[in-house]
Amino acid sequence: MLSEIILRSREKIGIMIEAEVIKPESLAGKSKEEIEGLLLWQGSERLPLSRFFDVELKGSPSSSPEETHILMQGDFSRVKRIGEGMKAGSMEIDGPAGMHLGAEMAGGSILVKGDAGSWSGREMKGGWRGMTGGQIVIEGNARSQLGGGLVGGQITVGGDVENFCGIRQSGGLILVKGSAVRGVGAEMNGGTIAVCQHILQPSPGFMEMAREESPKAGEVQLEGRYVKFSGDYALSKNPKGTLYCREV
Amino acid sequence: MAALTGTAIIRNGSVFDPLNGINGDKKDIFIREGKVVPALSSAEQRDALVIDASGKTVMPGGVDSHSHVAGTKVNAGRLMRPEDHYKSVRAKTAITHSGSGYTVPSVYKQGYEYAAMGYTTVFEAAMPPLEARHTHEEMRATPILDMGAYMVLGNNWFIMRYLKQGDIEKAAAYVSWMLRTHKGYGIKCVNPGGVENWGWAKNVGGLDEPNIHFEVTPRELIRGLAEVNEMLGLPMSLHLHANNLGHPGNWEIARDSLMITSGMDANNKSQLEWGETKENARRRQTVYLAHAQFSAYGGTSWRDYCSGAPELAKYINQVEDVVIDSGSVPFGPATCMTGDGPAIHDLYMLSGQKWSNTDVELECGSGVLPMVYLKSSPVSAVQWAIGLEVMLLIDDPWKTIMTTDHPNGGIFTQYPQLITWLMSRKARDDTARECHKWAYDRSTLGSVDREFSLYDVAIVTRANPARTIGMAYRKGHLGLGADGDVTIYDIDPANLDQNDTAALTARLARPDYTIKDGRIVARQGEIVSVPEGRRFYCRPYVDEDLEKDMLRDVKDWFKYYTVGFANYPVPDKYLKNPVAIPVNQPLEAVMRR
Repeated sequence: MLSEIILRSREKIGIMIEAEVIKPESLAGKSKEEIEGLLLWQGSERLPLSRFFDVELKGSPSSSPEETHILMQGDFSRVKRIGEGMKAGSMEIDGPAGMHLGAEMAGGSILVKGDAGSWSGREMKGGWRGMTGGQIVIEGNARSQLGGGLVGGQITVGGDVENFCGIRQSGGLILVKGSAVRGVGAEMNGGTIAVCQHILQPSPGFMEMAREESPKAGEVQLEGRYVKFSGDYALSKNPKGTLYCREV
Repeated sequence: MAALTGTAIIRNGSVFDPLNGINGDKKDIFIREGKVVPALSSAEQRDALVIDASGKTVMPGGVDSHSHVAGTKVNAGRLMRPEDHYKSVRAKTAITHSGSGYTVPSVYKQGYEYAAMGYTTVFEAAMPPLEARHTHEEMRATPILDMGAYMVLGNNWFIMRYLKQGDIEKAAAYVSWMLRTHKGYGIKCVNPGGVENWGWAKNVGGLDEPNIHFEVTPRELIRGLAEVNEMLGLPMSLHLHANNLGHPGNWEIARDSLMITSGMDANNKSQLEWGETKENARRRQTVYLAHAQFSAYGGTSWRDYCSGAPELAKYINQVEDVVIDSGSVPFGPATCMTGDGPAIHDLYMLSGQKWSNTDVELECGSGVLPMVYLKSSPVSAVQWAIGLEVMLLIDDPWKTIMTTDHPNGGIFTQYPQLITWLMSRKARDDTARECHKWAYDRSTLGSVDREFSLYDVAIVTRANPARTIGMAYRKGHLGLGADGDVTIYDIDPANLDQNDTAALTARLARPDYTIKDGRIVARQGEIVSVPEGRRFYCRPYVDEDLEKDMLRDVKDWFKYYTVGFANYPVPDKYLKNPVAIPVNQPLEAVMRR
């Protein structure tokens, strides 16, 4: 049986918290007290995790991240960097998650039942190191810069995204079941993006390659007629990125 | 109290002081009020700070003669790389500021990290005249280090104009006025002719190709600036960043550029009190080649790219008037920043990285680009090999200076790693095994057995950088009258195992003591005091009438500048502890013929 670690958010969080420590690798094998004592930055202060969250352990304790499941209940929209650099195990957020969810993730899986903040799967502004593996599923909407610099792995968004989803992507798959605003796949040079509804302002550097009936984007079977683009020609003469968008 | 007066005795250390021919002898070093003295009176001894250095290596404080640590392009590197900063932070202590940045640290972090590594003197190698105020502001804020900055003049409109007209005296008058006006230390020449062409999206292809509009060739610019340099008698020779930098097959143009100044006399006319040294502490060279690694490429394209270092080294081994700094590549993240705009554009086309490009009106240009040197990359692996070959294939260590051209080839905090490779063939072989096979296949490094001694290390990190830039009158040695800058490494030369590379690197990175002006500034990597450094610059003089003549031209063309003439100079208040070095006074030369 899995070892389950439950974190419950208590009250509304003021200044956003840096929670890169919340991931299976850091929590696996730790006692309730040890987890409560882990330090998180909030602004200029470093505070124990128990200041914000209640901790409960279930199942048989395991020190292996692969056998660790973290269940987070409540509102985590002001908690940044959940699952950053995660390599194994699974996390489930039973509500909204904050920015930089699963940034630079390399393996394992994250399920968000609510919305996610900007920069999901991507490090902070400036660098272009994205996710290299693993899976993020966001059932609600995600905001901007989703999957920037994606190298491998898959991100699925049940709802809509805003700007620059898949910017500088070079591998992996981003599936957006709703719509995107603009900048989809800007400067991408590999990998696949599929937007199942429409893109409000398509990027200019993409060329139409074909129109396909129910194509497969990576391993995912799409339903309906799609336009297949390649790009981003703004970055290079021979870009390897693929973008599917539902035919209007 | 003793620590404050700068009076200290360092007992029984194994001293490496190449300018005085001291090779590991057990010796006491006496420092009184910040200066090395032959002995201390018994009263002074009672108050002195005494350090027992038995079983340890004692060297003069480190001198970095080529680093990029202040100015607009350095700051552009900071601004465009937030990712370089949030992952490398330094917390404040009771006496130090906080700081951030790995490849391009903030000024405070730079100062502390250099000092923690045993370096006390660092020169900024490229200050565009128009950005001199910014450069001085950053140097002013840099703690501990003694600094100065070389002024970029290789594509300056006035220089190009005067050299085209063959008016070397006016060019000299202009340089002397510029050094005084902007508090510059020496002449830096970056891709002569080419950076001006870059304003038209072009470069220059050869030493005899005239550039656009000014129609002056790189050869004329290098020759002219070197003549100006020796005519004025500046402490440092011309610091040359050769044409065609960073391109396969460029070793030839680098060698040909070094030949241009052949036969000229090194002529240091600075009026200074020189500390006592056994060896001649004045420079021999008339040209100082910057980051030789980037100018020692063989092949014709990136496909047949290989090392050109053996050919370049062969020439340098034959002559006495050249010094190089290596610009070695120790792998990892870096930020390329140079006044060579077109070279950085070419890197941008190769890497697709974010890129900043600047034109400095009438004067020069620059480019900045983030970079990662990977062991798995064939080109990076060869660059690593070349960066070590230029140090190891040039037989006389007095012709080489160890740098990474921070932060272009690597970061200054990687110097200890670099020293380890120079000292241990095993360390090189170990790294080569982790690298792409081109490292040894496309260079001669695999057949080089030479291993640097601690004496050699002291030459290439202290004595020679100081001598090359004319700072050996007080830096880079421990003779009488020298500055009391000392580094004490926890390395016992008697039991040195240079093949225990991890330990050696760690000991070089964290010396037991860094002492500046007789005071401890760092103890095992911890900063323990934060004195203000000095700012060195040159004040060369020329004939007054000649200068007036020249200034008429400058004022006439000042209409092309977007700044007013009155706002152009750097006021004195920009410098903390300025040390002006008078040059060519009384006037010896540079009179109107």
